[in-house]
Amino acid sequence: MTGHWLEPHPHGLYVRPADLWIDPARPVDRAVVTHGHADHARSGHGAVFATPETLAIMALRYGVDAEASHNAAFAYGEGFERGGVRFSFHPAGHVLGSAQIAMEHGGERVVVTGDYKRRHDPTCAPFEVVPCDIFITEATFGLPVFRHPATGDEIAKLIAAVRAEPDRSVLVGAYALGKAQRVIAELRAAGWDAPIYIHGALERMCALYRDHGIDLGDLRLVADTARDAMAGQIVVAPPSALGDRWSRRLPDPVTAMASGWMRVRQRARARMVELPLIISDHADWDELTATIAEVNPRESWITHGSEDGLLRWCELHQRKARALHLVGRDQEEGEA
Amino acid sequence: MKRFAALIDRLIYTRSRNTKLALIADYLRHTPDPDRGWALAALTEAFDFPAIKAGTVRALLASRVDGELFRLSRHFVGDTAETAALLWPEPASGSAGRPVLGLSETVETLAAATRSDAPVVLASLLDRLDADGRYALLKLALGGMRIGVSARLAKQAFAQAFDVPVDDVEELWHAIPPPYGPLFAWGERRAPRPDLADVAYFRPFMLAHPLDAESVDLADYAAEWKWDGIRVQIVRSGDRTRLYSRGGEEIGAAFPELVAAFGRHAVIDGELLVRGDTQGGDAASFNALQQRLGRKAVSKKMLAEYPAFVRVYDLLDLDGRDLRGLAWTERRRLLEAFAANLPASHFDLSPLIAASDFDALAALRAGARDAAIEGVMLKRRDAPYVAGRRAGLWYKWKRDPLIADCVLMYAQRGNGRRASFYSDYTFGCWNDAGELLPVGKAYSGFTDEDLKWLDKYVRDHTTDRFGPVREVEKTLVLEVAFDSVHASKRHKSGLAMRFPRISRIRRDKPAEEADRIATLRSMVT
Repeated sequence: MTGHWLEPHPHGLYVRPADLWIDPARPVDRAVVTHGHADHARSGHGAVFATPETLAIMALRYGVDAEASHNAAFAYGEGFERGGVRFSFHPAGHVLGSAQIAMEHGGERVVVTGDYKRRHDPTCAPFEVVPCDIFITEATFGLPVFRHPATGDEIAKLIAAVRAEPDRSVLVGAYALGKAQRVIAELRAAGWDAPIYIHGALERMCALYRDHGIDLGDLRLVADTARDAMAGQIVVAPPSALGDRWSRRLPDPVTAMASGWMRVRQRARARMVELPLIISDHADWDELTATIAEVNPRESWITHGSEDGLLRWCELHQRKARALHLVGRDQEEGEA
Repeated sequence: MKRFAALIDRLIYTRSRNTKLALIADYLRHTPDPDRGWALAALTEAFDFPAIKAGTVRALLASRVDGELFRLSRHFVGDTAETAALLWPEPASGSAGRPVLGLSETVETLAAATRSDAPVVLASLLDRLDADGRYALLKLALGGMRIGVSARLAKQAFAQAFDVPVDDVEELWHAIPPPYGPLFAWGERRAPRPDLADVAYFRPFMLAHPLDAESVDLADYAAEWKWDGIRVQIVRSGDRTRLYSRGGEEIGAAFPELVAAFGRHAVIDGELLVRGDTQGGDAASFNALQQRLGRKAVSKKMLAEYPAFVRVYDLLDLDGRDLRGLAWTERRRLLEAFAANLPASHFDLSPLIAASDFDALAALRAGARDAAIEGVMLKRRDAPYVAGRRAGLWYKWKRDPLIADCVLMYAQRGNGRRASFYSDYTFGCWNDAGELLPVGKAYSGFTDEDLKWLDKYVRDHTTDRFGPVREVEKTLVLEVAFDSVHASKRHKSGLAMRFPRISRIRRDKPAEEADRIATLRSMVT
């Protein structure tokens, strides 16, 4: 049977010959971690195998000791061997340091995408297609209603909204790791060179991105800024801060949210968002299906998200597929 | 179509009323005829394309998209029009070059569709649009925009766009069919005000202020009961009879028996009520009336179970003569003579209250127990009928509110200025088993200081979160004022309050001593 050496468990994927887990949702002795988001990276593992960027992020967020000898960092293209399994790390294009994990064992190659996207992102390396026998893909936006528009159009929408109301600030809710830095970097690329005001919870992650050579321009803390100075300006904060008391210090903010979920109007309205920005760090439907076609595996295993939709697509296209039901993937309120 | 789609998109996400007004006004000023008129008709839901139904859209989708993927998507999105707009395959490069139809061409195309060619017509329109355009098209075709724009708001936006009195817009509105060419011509001062002879048009209502004085002299003011129904205007002109609601919306289709029973060329102002068995065939409470409201058509069963009638209290026009300039005394005299000839099955006259002086009136008001009485109206005897609220002419003097001590259970974040405040409160009372059951929801009655305090209380006592809603410890007692309470099958407590508001925060009162459901039930009218 194909992939018999892999054991999908509700809390992660266990690689039996190597006695290690990929993105386990609870502490284990040995974990390969695809990227730094909380639903993939947890604290408390014995040893962590990840890219240097992901280890740095885990050190910042979860107090993981990146320098400890039991943890190991691998650049893209590099890897290690354990228990007869050859592991290697390849860019996933999701956030800084995000990796797909390729594994070779007994003449079979398996790729775990973690979370990924295919479109351009100035803050991380682009997704690399790794041919394989079994492709274990995410499916956050695994329904054909999810087609993300061009990022440049969404950024233009944001800039137009700020310019339209010079007395108000536009408060953009963006996940603290990845989305916030990407929105800022995209704004810079679009020529927005005014200071961007950030919530305190973003400060250290933005500094980490800077340390990795990503230019975010002039960032200032909302806490250090007078209310009036933020009129006609862009403020970036984690989504949880949008309806928080914290937002009262801004001049009559327009509430924006950068997320793939904003594609669905009813969702955006339910979150009381006035300016939905469809900017996602996950592959949309077209990217998911095109990637399966391009990788062209013998089998696709589908995890966290709308498994049923992507499974149906595979069935319609005579592709062998199965759904893995992993727990702990916080898709509704989490990063997307 | 692009501009219209952009307008719909903006309106969906805009919560501030003023911003909505500005958006619509700006669109009306800068869009040519007849597109802007069709847009206005779409916003006020004046359209019906009988050939196009939700089933048409579903069947069409089935021909383009896998049924299972549609089902999964519809389940996720929760709305057929939006699912279809998002799912519709992007046009192949060949058809992308085809020109997008304007709004008016789109409307004409939809109107001309027949049941058999509707799918083809709709498909060809969808193929030319992007996702936002497809959404606007499907909402337009299926009706029921549900984007938080009332007909009243649209009329106000028109008034704002062209700097004309909203009352004039109200009057002209029903006289001119979409796309309202003469209305825009008048708004832009390109043409005189359209002639309304022989048109059953709506006259803006005269409204009342709450009574704030200690008393008024009954020599100057006439007193009537204030009825707990809905304010309506019946207009007959030419061979048309129309029934308008308080907001100037035509509701005749829901009350065909009233339209049929009114045969004289006249305009009356009155209260629509239904008869109740428990009231011995007299006016029932608002709760009974609610069974008849909000319906596009009405069944025979509804007509028999909840017979409607109008209690008339003013006469605005008789045989084409505008009476609005006359004093109330004179209009009342004409009304009494007129009402005597109306069929008693569907019309009666709102009687005047005979009270020797204001104190006697106060006593009568305090003693009124009729289910359909909401308070007292005071109308200045020498006043003409003028649109809107004018100081000193009409007063409403509602019955003292009912009061209950309830326990705060849930709080939800507000909108706009209140977006960061938990400002909508759900509260409950105790049942016999000692459980707290929700009895109402209020978001007014408190001061800004109270709001800050309540917001902090909610944040400090949260026990659970559901999106924008927080559940709190069941410890805070709120004194709630409400106009009345009715039996309701929709709520677990079996009760629904009318116009509840927070009158006081009872920090001093333990939650166990809050009121019981049984106490509230005894207040049901």
